[in-house]
Amino acid sequence: MAYHSFLLEPISCHSWNKDRTQIALCPNNHDVHIYKKDGTKWTKIHELKEHNGQVTGIDWAPDSNSMPPSHLSRYRLGEVWKPTLVILRINRAARCVSWSPKENKFAVGSGSRLISICYFEQENDWWVCKHIKKPIRSTVLSLDWHPNNVLLAAGSCDFKCRVFSAYIKEVEEKPGPTVWGSKMPFGEVLFESGPSGVSGGAGEGAGGGWVHGVCFSHSGNRLAWTSHDSTVAIAEGGKTSTISSLSSETLPLLCVSFITENSLVAAGHDCYPVLFVYDGTKGSVTFGGKLDVPKQTSQRGISARERFQNLDRRATSSETTEQGLESLHKNSISQISVLEGGKSKCSTFCTTGMDGGMVTWDVKSLESALKDLKIV
Amino acid sequence: MSKNNDSNQFRKVDVDEYDENKFVDDEDNGESQVGPDEAEVDSLIRQGNLMEALQAVLKNPPINTKNQNDRAEALMLKVLSAFKSSDIEKAVQSLDKNGVDLLMKYIYKGFEKPSENSSATLLQWHEKALSAGGVGSIVRVLTARKTV
Repeated sequence: MAYHSFLLEPISCHSWNKDRTQIALCPNNHDVHIYKKDGTKWTKIHELKEHNGQVTGIDWAPDSNSMPPSHLSRYRLGEVWKPTLVILRINRAARCVSWSPKENKFAVGSGSRLISICYFEQENDWWVCKHIKKPIRSTVLSLDWHPNNVLLAAGSCDFKCRVFSAYIKEVEEKPGPTVWGSKMPFGEVLFESGPSGVSGGAGEGAGGGWVHGVCFSHSGNRLAWTSHDSTVAIAEGGKTSTISSLSSETLPLLCVSFITENSLVAAGHDCYPVLFVYDGTKGSVTFGGKLDVPKQTSQRGISARERFQNLDRRATSSETTEQGLESLHKNSISQISVLEGGKSKCSTFCTTGMDGGMVTWDVKSLESALKDLKIV
Repeated sequence: MSKNNDSNQFRKVDVDEYDENKFVDDEDNGESQVGPDEAEVDSLIRQGNLMEALQAVLKNPPINTKNQNDRAEALMLKVLSAFKSSDIEKAVQSLDKNGVDLLMKYIYKGFEKPSENSSATLLQWHEKALSAGGVGSIVRVLTARKTV
């Protein structure tokens, strides 16, 4: 695991280029910085300054090399290192952005309770957007595309995670049926999570908190989301309303990603990534383990004087002098991205957080270091 | 010239009511959630069968309804104070995840209206429930839309 601290400010969002040599990130202000990797050091090669509000989301399209950071003042600039303005017709902040797998369109989730799907119209030589409004009732926090380029999962602050169809007939042909449904006109809701769809007990169940992160599995048949009530849930398309959720014992998780078809990594306010394993046959999600186990520091003896000092200051005479967190990240982790291997057999993934640092995690070494960790 | 027409009633208007985009919760109260059975729980306490009493009082939580909530809360407090300190841990272990979450909700509800000695018992229960449910169960108390 390599920890690299970029700056002191939180990293609000990041995105890698195709061969993973460059990373674009936003240090919680109006700019986007692009860093290039030189061996083990990172050097800043570009600074993009055309936004006039805080940048909230970045997504680097691997092949076409254009990148739309979304930000709080309603426009969106695509850059092939030259800015292009796209007008989104929203009256609140743009919150998150994501290119579709074929890179012919991208989706922007916003605070004005809708998702803008933007595509390039050839005859007028500009980007046009269409809106998905119903039945979203609050800010859209996170988006993820299905591999078929048409379905889009959105998690929002109205406590639900939904799958929409974002089929644009101008840029693509009709998609074939998937496990989520076969009729897919634009804006159709193919799946919606929520208390009605879950046989929860005692009034709990998926749907009790804002949905912070969503992720489709590599095949697109499974959808996972994390919510502010400290739960992680997985739904399998096709079998109606089978949502398996796990109430975790940690603080809420902010981001999630599949690393194989059955395992996911999620991270959030607890500052360390955790592994969850989904069992398709039993339909259950189980906690796989913490992925950040600090090395045990040697315990040195504590003198009597220190013991009384500790009692005075902290009301315990414990030996730990470590006051802070023992994880690599010192503040909440806000984003996870898969670096190598894709979502089906991920071998490296990277996390960025509010501490301005970025950590790359290697799955193989994690598996060998944490002995009872099984990534199925 | 502008003049003050002496009426300040406009200051009392709730403008949020007129916002057409106002978020209204999906209400589904008024179900037949009657609340735990008082007689049954009382008898179990008297018999000294405290584990059963705890299970009984956690069944059928009344969700979102005002008067029944207070009755259920009072009943819950009776059961929780009837336990001896050494038995609390065992009782918490016997609950499943949803039970621990529900217990946490009642504990925090009890904190809101302290009566004499209730806070001490509740704190002991809180400590044991925390070790069973973790911080996540407290987060669920804070984010729950359906209050008990």
